[in-house]
Amino acid sequence: MSKLLEQRESSTLLAVKDLRIWYPIRKFLSIVGYVKAVDGVTFEIRKGEIFGIVGESGCGKTTLGKGILRLLEPTSGHIYFESKDITHIKGRSLKWYRRVTGIVQQDPYGAMPPFMSIKTILEEPLKIHGVPKKERLERVISALEDVRLTPPEDFLNKYPHMLSGGQLQRVAIARAFILKPKLVVADEPVSMLDASVRVETLTLFKDLQRKYGVSIVYITHDFSTAKYFSDRIAVMYAGHMVELGAARDVIYKPQHPYTKHLIKVIPDPDPQNRFVFKETLPGEPPSLANPPPGCRLAPRCPYVIDICKQKEPPMVEVASEHYVKCWLYARK
Amino acid sequence: MAKILEVRNLYLYFRTLRGNVKAVDDVSLDLERGETLAIIGESGCGKTSLARAIMRYLPRNVALYKGTIVIDGIDVMKLSNREFDEKIRWVKISYVSQAALNSLNPVIKTLDHLIEPILLRKLATREEAVEKAREIVKLVGIPEDFLYRYPFELSGGMKQRIVIALSLITHPDIVILDEPTSALDVMTQANIMNLLKKLKKELKLTYIFITHDIGISSELADKVAVMYAGKIVEFGPSEQVYVEPLHPYSRALLNSVPRLHEEKIPTFVSGAPPSLLNPPKGCRFRPRCPNAMPMCEKEPPIVKLENGGYVQCWLYAGKT
Repeated sequence: MSKLLEQRESSTLLAVKDLRIWYPIRKFLSIVGYVKAVDGVTFEIRKGEIFGIVGESGCGKTTLGKGILRLLEPTSGHIYFESKDITHIKGRSLKWYRRVTGIVQQDPYGAMPPFMSIKTILEEPLKIHGVPKKERLERVISALEDVRLTPPEDFLNKYPHMLSGGQLQRVAIARAFILKPKLVVADEPVSMLDASVRVETLTLFKDLQRKYGVSIVYITHDFSTAKYFSDRIAVMYAGHMVELGAARDVIYKPQHPYTKHLIKVIPDPDPQNRFVFKETLPGEPPSLANPPPGCRLAPRCPYVIDICKQKEPPMVEVASEHYVKCWLYARK
Repeated sequence: MAKILEVRNLYLYFRTLRGNVKAVDDVSLDLERGETLAIIGESGCGKTSLARAIMRYLPRNVALYKGTIVIDGIDVMKLSNREFDEKIRWVKISYVSQAALNSLNPVIKTLDHLIEPILLRKLATREEAVEKAREIVKLVGIPEDFLYRYPFELSGGMKQRIVIALSLITHPDIVILDEPTSALDVMTQANIMNLLKKLKKELKLTYIFITHDIGISSELADKVAVMYAGKIVEFGPSEQVYVEPLHPYSRALLNSVPRLHEEKIPTFVSGAPPSLLNPPKGCRFRPRCPNAMPMCEKEPPIVKLENGGYVQCWLYAGKT
C-alpha cells in the first residue's frame, strides 16, 4: 500500500489542495465582498500528462490557470510543485518557479510586444534566466525548428505583425518551451485560430509535449478539442470542479448533471441536427460574488434534492479515477 | 417552390493600397422560400463579404460590385440606394451582424431599438409599432418589461435575442445571420439555436447562416455552401455536403472538425489560404490540394450535380 502511495507521489508534478482564489470587490476604501472565482478546488497533475480544464466563460478556469502559475496570489489552500509548497513563495524561489513553468495565452497578437523581433522575443526569457550569450541564438533557432517555423533564419528578424495568427501562436509556444519547463499552462491557445489551423497547432503542441515530457494544463471551453488533446479532463462550473476523470470517460460517460447537459448540446456536423431541439438547462450560471449555498448548480439542476441546496456536495469517486462532485452519488 | 433568392455571377472587390482584394469572386447560388443556407469556411474566405454584398452594406473602397441578385422576383441590382432601402433592406431581407452583442446603442432602451426600423420606413404608427415590439419579444422569449431596459442590463444571451427580434420586427422573408452565436457560451448558444429553429418553423423564415463553426452550422442548414478564397467551391443539400463532401477542400474542412460524439481523429491540411490580393491562377486550393493535377492550373468548371448542387473542381469535370 505504502509503495503504491509512493509511486503515486513520484508521478505527481503539481498538487492543488483546497485552493481558493477570491477577488476583492472594493467600494471606496473598504472591501465589501469577494468574487469567488476559484472556491475550494483539489486535484493533481501528473508528470507528462495533458490535463484539460473545461468550462464556460466565467467559471474560473483562467483564474485557476493563473493561480497554478502563481501569477495570482491564492487566498487560501496550497499548491505543491514536486512536493514543494509554492503557494506563497517570493523572490528568488518565485524566479525559479517561473523558469520551470511556461504559459501560452489566447491572443497571440496581444501576447507579443509589436516592436520586438521574433529573435528578441524568444531571447528575452533566456536573458532573464542567465543563459550565456553564445548559447542563446542556438536555442532560439532550435525552438523555432521545434515549432516548424522553418527555415528559422526567415523568421528571426520578422516582427509579430508580419506573421499569421497560426504562425504567431507557434512563436508563443516556442517561447513557452524555450526554458525547458516542466509545466506549461495553455489558456485557450487555439480558440482564436481557424478550424484547420487549430488541429495543426494542437498536434504540434502534443508532439512537443511528448518530446520533452512536459505536463500541460489545457484550458478551454471546447470539449471536442479537449477530447483529442487531453489525457484527463476536469470540468468546472461556477468556481467548483464538478467532474474529473480520464478524457474518454468524461466525454462518453459523463456523470455530473452539468457535464451531461453540456456534452449533449454540442453538435457534431450532422444533417439530422436540424430536426431536433436541444435539451438545455434553464437559467444562467450564478454570480460568483454571491453563489448559492450548497451545490452551485442546484438552482438549474433537473435532479435537485433537498440537501443540494444546503450543503456543498463532496467529491465522490464513481468509477476508477473518475470523480464527481454531486450529492446524487454520495452514499448516506 | 418559389425561389426567394437568386444570386448570379456576383463580384465584390475592395480597393486597397496594395491592389484589389477579391473578396467575392463570381459567386452564384439559389435559395427557396423556407430553406436555410449555411455558408461555411475559414476566416477571410469572403463569407461576410458575400452577405454584405447581398445586403448592400458596402464600405467606401469598393472597386467592383456587379452581378445579378434577385430577391423575391425583384432584380435589386437595378434599384438605387434609396429604393433599396425602402423596398428591400429590412422589408424583404434583414441582417444580424457578427458583433451583434455590441451593436445595440448603450443609451437607447430596447423598445426604441425595436421600433426604429418600422418608424424609419413609416410602415406603421408608433402605437402599432410598440404593439408589434411586445409581440416580438414574447416570440423570442424575453419578458415584456425588458422593453424598458438599457442594453447593459441584459445578459449576452438576452442581447442576442433582442438583436434577433430586431431583425424580425418588419417581417422580412430572408434573415442573414452572421456568426450569431460565436460570442456566446455553449449552453446559451444551444438556447439561441433552439429559438432560431422555432422561429424558422413558425414564421417560415429563410435564413442565410454564416459561421466558421461547422458543427453549429448543421443545426440549421438545409443547404450548405463551402467558401474558399472568395469562391463557393461546393454547394449542395446538407445531406450530401456534411456526409459525402466532394470538393477536396470541403473534405479537408470537415475532417479537421474534432468530433465529440464519435471517434474520428481530426486531420489537417498544412499551409494557409492564399492572399485575396493575388490568388493563384486556376483553382485556388491547388497549392494545398492532395488531389492537384496539372489541369488545375486552369480555372475549374462548375460541375452541376443531380441533387441541384454544384462543385467547382476538375476532379468531377465530364462525369455528369
